[in-house]
Amino acid sequence: MAKSRTQAPSKHGRRGYRQENPYLRRLLIILSLLFTILMLVLPLVIVIYQAFGTGWDRFWAAVTNTFTLKALYLTILTGSFAVIFNTLFGLTAAWALTRYSFRGQGILITLIDLPFAISPIIAGLIFILTYGRLGWAKPILDEFNLKIVFATPGLVLATIFVTLPFVARELIPVLTARGTDEEQAAVLMGAGFFRVFFKVTLPHIRWALIYSVILCTARAMGEFGAVSVVSGHLRGKTNTLPLHIEILYNEHHYNEAFAVSAILVVTSIVILTARSVVEYLSRREGDDVR
Amino acid sequence: MYVELKNVFKRFGNFQAVNDVSFGLAQGTLAALLGPSGSGKTTILRMIAGLESPDSGQISIEGSVINNLEPSRRGIGFVFQNYALFRYMTVFDNIAFGLTTKKEPKAKIKERVEELLTLIGLEDLGKRYPAQLSGGQKQRVAFARALAPRPRILLLDEPFAAIDAKVRRELRSWLRHMITKLKITSIFVTHDQSEAIEVADRIIITNSGRVEQTGAPVELYRSPATPFVARFIGESTLANDYRTLVGFEEAPDGYECAIRPEFIRLFAPGEEVQFENSVEEGVIETMAFRGDTLEVIIRVRDFTLTTGYSLERPPLAPGDRVKVLIYRLYAFNGDRAVLVSNKRLNNTGNGYNFQI
Repeated sequence: MAKSRTQAPSKHGRRGYRQENPYLRRLLIILSLLFTILMLVLPLVIVIYQAFGTGWDRFWAAVTNTFTLKALYLTILTGSFAVIFNTLFGLTAAWALTRYSFRGQGILITLIDLPFAISPIIAGLIFILTYGRLGWAKPILDEFNLKIVFATPGLVLATIFVTLPFVARELIPVLTARGTDEEQAAVLMGAGFFRVFFKVTLPHIRWALIYSVILCTARAMGEFGAVSVVSGHLRGKTNTLPLHIEILYNEHHYNEAFAVSAILVVTSIVILTARSVVEYLSRREGDDVR
Repeated sequence: MYVELKNVFKRFGNFQAVNDVSFGLAQGTLAALLGPSGSGKTTILRMIAGLESPDSGQISIEGSVINNLEPSRRGIGFVFQNYALFRYMTVFDNIAFGLTTKKEPKAKIKERVEELLTLIGLEDLGKRYPAQLSGGQKQRVAFARALAPRPRILLLDEPFAAIDAKVRRELRSWLRHMITKLKITSIFVTHDQSEAIEVADRIIITNSGRVEQTGAPVELYRSPATPFVARFIGESTLANDYRTLVGFEEAPDGYECAIRPEFIRLFAPGEEVQFENSVEEGVIETMAFRGDTLEVIIRVRDFTLTTGYSLERPPLAPGDRVKVLIYRLYAFNGDRAVLVSNKRLNNTGNGYNFQI
């Protein structure tokens, strides 16, 4: 029985059980294709089409507009900070949670997931309530003449918050699965923390790390909700690309909105490609990050 | 004593993993820590290595206490159960790791690694990665890696557990040979009594966190000190009420006894029995061929006994009535195992002198 089952794909040039219903198979494939086209491909094509709908010149003008460039710069800046911070945080947390055992470990693992479960609006409000005009930390901030809400630090904090779980979540299972034997062997031979980390641990987790950093970048660049709350929408000052697009759209500058959107679409495609390459490379090395 | 443990205790939560363990080993000994899983043997090994620290008690090497010495300064080579080879490093770099950590000159490292590669017979595989090696080769590399920094003691955690049966026999004698050749004091952990008996000079038997007995394999076999050892070493049959057996009426009182297969002799129907008054009557229950002998299970009243039977002797079949002579047995008295001989056999003055 098992044998005939494994032979089925080669014989008929397709996967699956021999007993399957051919109509059901066709129906399911067509449905998935249809949904993908309707929900994903078509809207993206429309974005690109609209972006160039009134000619290259208007597109270029919209993209090179000072406010757009400022928003792009701010997006890259906040994204970079968030990715760097979360990579360090992810490594630290994953190491602590898999290499030590301590009280409250389970709670910490759950807390790391919080940003995935919480609405981005709430994430934004948390910062307003903490560092905003009526926030409890406001007097301290004033003391040092610091501004967080409605300024770049607020954007960075909000972005860090929503992307916090990415790296840690990806690394924890990889580190758990790998075990600690090799690290212990290295320690017994006199290797210090950094030598153990760079020579033994990092090679194990590098694909998972790169993969999670890519996902984190994608999310950080596209973040809208939490950032929208803490930004204050000061054009040229606290507007990231997603917020800039919203403003353009609300002001009925549709072509410009789509033109700027095209930047984000292209970025997503680049990130998706990078992700696929990493998946391919890691699988070739037998590390399979997925 | 070269390696010595004195009243060592270790507890994990509510579990007393090691309970007042003391033993000493002379320099150059190849010792086995033998016991069932959960008996504390691996914990003892890891405490010597410094991977765990004892709650109390002393561990010393060459006369100096090492309890507070960092693992890497103890002069220990450790072979992990699954070898724990660095999978992103070549065989060469694996073996060199301990030396590069010590920042030894490159030429010296190269010389030492090549020397070890020759020793383990893998001269040509220095550039391979662990994933490209067989189980036996991996173990040899792990062995070489542990030896590279010239440790004082070699510790091996279940060194043969991850290898298939055929290669295991080969590796056992290979490892025995290597360690004897290098004269390095070694301790390995195993749950397999035949492995311990074949490989080790001394065996430390652990059970529920305690050391039951320490001694040479033959000593443990011939004079087990505790009921646990008598049961654990050798293939014994256990029985109650052993004082009802012919020749053991005056044996010391105890709750149970262990009878080794070689403590029993069968006489086929019609075979001449020289010591008629010291034998029991029994019926053959089952017989199984074990390669070189027959394993025979005999019922003697309420006792079910197991023994070996040579193919050269008169043939037997299940259901046959046989005479059963029991030479001796281990009576368990409290926590002691006492060797008791068949009294009537001694009285006949028969020269059935058997030695293990």
